[in-house]
Amino acid sequence: MKQYFRNTWEAVWTVLIGMKITFRHLFAPSVTIQYPEVKVDLPDRARNRLYVNIEDCIGCDQCVRACPVSCITLETVKGTPAEDLGKTSGGKKKALWITRFDIDIAKCCYCSLCVYPCPTECIRMTDVYEFTEYERENLVYQFATLTEKESEIKKQNAAKAEAEKAAQKLVAAKAKATAPAAPKTDSEN
Amino acid sequence: MYNLLNNILGNEYLATIIAVALPLFIFILPYALYAVYGERKVSAFMQDRIGPNRAGYQGLLQSVADILKLIQKEDIIPNEADKKLFNLAPVLVFAGSYAAFAAIPFSGAYIGADIDLGLFYILAISSVVVAGILMGGWASNNKYSLLGAMRSAAQIISYEIPTALVVLTMVMVTGSLNLKTISELQTAYFWNWNILGGAFSGIEKFLLIPFMIVAFVIIYISTLAEVNRVPFDIPEAESELVSGFHTEYSGMKFAMFFLSEYANMFAVSAIVAALFFGGYQSPFGYLGNTIGISWFVPVEQLFWFTIKGLFFVFVQMWLRWTLPRLRVDQLMTVCWKYMIPYAFANLIIVGLITLI
Repeated sequence: MKQYFRNTWEAVWTVLIGMKITFRHLFAPSVTIQYPEVKVDLPDRARNRLYVNIEDCIGCDQCVRACPVSCITLETVKGTPAEDLGKTSGGKKKALWITRFDIDIAKCCYCSLCVYPCPTECIRMTDVYEFTEYERENLVYQFATLTEKESEIKKQNAAKAEAEKAAQKLVAAKAKATAPAAPKTDSEN
Repeated sequence: MYNLLNNILGNEYLATIIAVALPLFIFILPYALYAVYGERKVSAFMQDRIGPNRAGYQGLLQSVADILKLIQKEDIIPNEADKKLFNLAPVLVFAGSYAAFAAIPFSGAYIGADIDLGLFYILAISSVVVAGILMGGWASNNKYSLLGAMRSAAQIISYEIPTALVVLTMVMVTGSLNLKTISELQTAYFWNWNILGGAFSGIEKFLLIPFMIVAFVIIYISTLAEVNRVPFDIPEAESELVSGFHTEYSGMKFAMFFLSEYANMFAVSAIVAALFFGGYQSPFGYLGNTIGISWFVPVEQLFWFTIKGLFFVFVQMWLRWTLPRLRVDQLMTVCWKYMIPYAFANLIIVGLITLI
């Protein structure tokens, strides 16, 4: 019988305690962050969308080799000695034209492994994380600044330079080949 | 109200239709819309969230948008369902909960049907809801719906006993079954409310107060169980029965179940308010009487009635977001082992006090 009344009392009392707690929360400020309007600051090393500062890129191919999912495609063309490719912000001389620098961000696993080996610190993580697209193709980001025509010209230039070099080599080789023979002929003559 | 309309329109049928439809369209529908919104806001605030705040200012149009969506939805009837009963169930549930409003006095000037058996009528008509729920659960041909309906029937029928016992207590105290008469007895100031001993005077009044509070707690808990609200929501029990008897319902039929749930909440709150908290009576006199505009008094009464009803609806929501759901055996224990003995003892003691 005693237990019976104690049960009753406890039931009523604990309900009142619970109601007190919820009532206090009724006036507590809400913890909701209204996301699209209010954004929380990301931590310093947050890894989000990749960005390439193509001005600084020397086309060393290290990021491509570091990428575990092969999401970076890099194509380069040698610059001819006559052309001035400029310098990176770090003062390094550039030697390659970058005709293609694509990052397929849909494949990217945000491991940041491409960031560490970059000698000029031109590839890095940004704090942009809202980049949804309707088409997957739109997630392939192209960072190369050369137009198709320009890169075609660069390719031709490079090929021409290569050909010239090869021709020179050939000439040099020929010269080498013929030079020792000349004295012979001379002596023959 | 009916007589007034009859005099104005001179047509009995038109007057009846308007008198019947008036509370539905000017009170219950807007109330239900904003009770849903209020419930969501209350739950959000209690959980330190914000709640709906996109549709309209602070989300005020949220439930309007929800209703528009429900109207547009396809009305799905399961293949194996008993179509007639399936379609009839939501109508019956809503009719049952709406019919209870007929005997509830909204203000001194408006009561749907001023019948002397008001309380008895409300207790009787709210049993139709059980039939509707059972019908819906059975006709859905779904094991969870049937389980929910069975639980609902067991629960509502069990909890009608403490409700009836407390109502009996109050009938003994007030000597009337008419809610309007009961409200009129608690007129003037709040110390005349039944929770504070009613219109008695002297030692009797003070003796009654603790037993009135017990009676109030019992009827509040048992009516909470009758409208299937948390912590007594085992007929719905989202986590175990999907959502009980209305699992298979969609679109407008679902909306009718929803509407009747909220209408029911207000109906039982109104009964509690009328029995214990003076019904439509103001706690401290009327402005209309003070400044001498007698027609303003019923408006004030409507205001007080709405405030009291909405306060108890708020307490129901408050309890919902405080307490976890009871198990079936706990539910029956609370009813049969605790509330009915207490209600009985209370009935006898109050009876003895009123005999003094």
